[in-house]
Amino acid sequence: MNQILTVASKEFYDGLRNRWLFSITLIFALCSIGLTYFGAVASGVEGVTSLSATITSLASLTVFLIPLIALLLSYDSFVGEQESGTLLLLLTYPLSKNQLLLGKFIGQGSIIALATLLGFGSSAILLYFQLGDIIVIKNFSIFIVSAILLGLSFIAIAYLISLSVNEKSKAAGIALITWFCFALVFDLALLALLVGYDQGMSQTALTQLMMLNPTDIFRLVNLSGLDTNEVNGALAAALNLGLSQGQLFSILLAWVALPLALALFIFDRKKL
Amino acid sequence: MSTPLVSLTNAGKSYQQLDALKSVTMDLNSGEVMGLFGHNGAGKTTLMKLILGVISPSFGKVEVMGRAPDSNAAWHNRSKIGFLPENVSFYDHLTGLEVLSYFAKLKGFASSNAKKHAVNLLEQVGITHAMKRPVKHYSKGMRQRLGLAQAFIGEPKLLLLDEPTVGLDPTATHEFYRTVDQLKSNGSSVILCSHVLPGVEQHIDRAMILSSGELLAIGALTELRQKAALPVTITTSGLNNFLVNNKTLQCFLAANSTSTLLVPAQEKLAVLQQLVNHENLTDIQLETANLEQVYQHFLTEHELVKQKNENSLTEQGNC
Repeated sequence: MNQILTVASKEFYDGLRNRWLFSITLIFALCSIGLTYFGAVASGVEGVTSLSATITSLASLTVFLIPLIALLLSYDSFVGEQESGTLLLLLTYPLSKNQLLLGKFIGQGSIIALATLLGFGSSAILLYFQLGDIIVIKNFSIFIVSAILLGLSFIAIAYLISLSVNEKSKAAGIALITWFCFALVFDLALLALLVGYDQGMSQTALTQLMMLNPTDIFRLVNLSGLDTNEVNGALAAALNLGLSQGQLFSILLAWVALPLALALFIFDRKKL
Repeated sequence: MSTPLVSLTNAGKSYQQLDALKSVTMDLNSGEVMGLFGHNGAGKTTLMKLILGVISPSFGKVEVMGRAPDSNAAWHNRSKIGFLPENVSFYDHLTGLEVLSYFAKLKGFASSNAKKHAVNLLEQVGITHAMKRPVKHYSKGMRQRLGLAQAFIGEPKLLLLDEPTVGLDPTATHEFYRTVDQLKSNGSSVILCSHVLPGVEQHIDRAMILSSGELLAIGALTELRQKAALPVTITTSGLNNFLVNNKTLQCFLAANSTSTLLVPAQEKLAVLQQLVNHENLTDIQLETANLEQVYQHFLTEHELVKQKNENSLTEQGNC
């Protein structure tokens, strides 16, 4: 346990030192406060937007940002240390591969978690004082927790990439493609399927397909708690199917655990 | 009789197409310093990784402190082993002190002790003045010293050092060898992995020569010299053409020389006596084969054997 904490605290301080924590927090805070206050400007209304509108726009923004940030934060975790030779050195220490991986995960995960909490938490508090409704806190809690899980999931995916290649530049390329696929291509493909099928796809099939993408799960988690009037398109169809929020959270959690387990498996077999 | 600290029995490692290390048998006792020599790709690093337990042998047996180093049972032994990898570059954005404290903690030091220990080690390798600066501002030599300090964490019983003197200036190299001697007298064993470098011979007890995964020779330097049967170089002055005209001595003459003799070790004394008795002799110098020559000898011999196996003939003429 000590070893895991030593690695975790080193990774966390790395994140503090190179301003990752600060930058992510700032980006999240600016986005969320901006959306909270000016989200409705486009429709001619000024001032605090409704809660569901805020969460909806925040979710659609975060769904791009968090995976990208997580991948950037973690893609070189292993391949970087492999290139500089410290990975080999660390493995001659009384430190197991599992401890190293979990330590890194806890350290970098805390960076994402803390940034999400501070960044979005700030606007939650603002909105709470404006609207004075406890539902704000509830919905924002769901939003923040699911955003953290989304971040952790992509950190684990970044580890998978980092452990599968032997060059840092390759890892960076694959990370970018991964982000592109999950954040954009997947939904486009889903849409194409919806339109392309003559008989129309069943809602069950659609929802099941969505479970293959953590970003979609994240969206569903946040939208299912809201007025569905403001949600439309494929998501709305999926929402009507009524997977409970608890179920959605468990699937998102699986999207953290499975890539992490797979990363451990690959690390164990990695030749150094 | 004490069991050896490290012992390999017909151990080797092969990857799909490559035999990185072919069946090696060796022992290393406590307090012994072993030099491990070979070209790039000779299998030095593979051998080190086997001993460190980072990889498992494809065949044969490896034991370190009585246990297979890649097993769980050997886990707590790891804090007694120091390793300096070749070309390691530490976390650039951390200071030297932070890097060393991190590694000390991973070796089992509590936070407060880790820092104290790190400061001591930095002092030992002489970079205390730079310990609060980020490693990215370090020179090559300072990085190497930091790497050495890292290997010395926790007074290891076994040290594996890959190219330890690369980038060190002569003073630092001297300091380094002094540290090795000191560790040795404290009972630590050291494996020095290196290209053959001048100055290393005085500090090693035994040498091991590897080439393309094969163990060519292992033994104390005197043994290796004997095995190699390299001639002793005797340089004389003042003898004019005496050597050329003397029947017994002329066949020892080095090519294109009238004053330098290459004499087989067992005839050294007889030749010397003969020379010293000559009244015109003004000066005489005697050099035994150095490590580099011994190393070259084993390598070329190996090459010759290989060629021989390929051509299955050739005879050499000799004096």
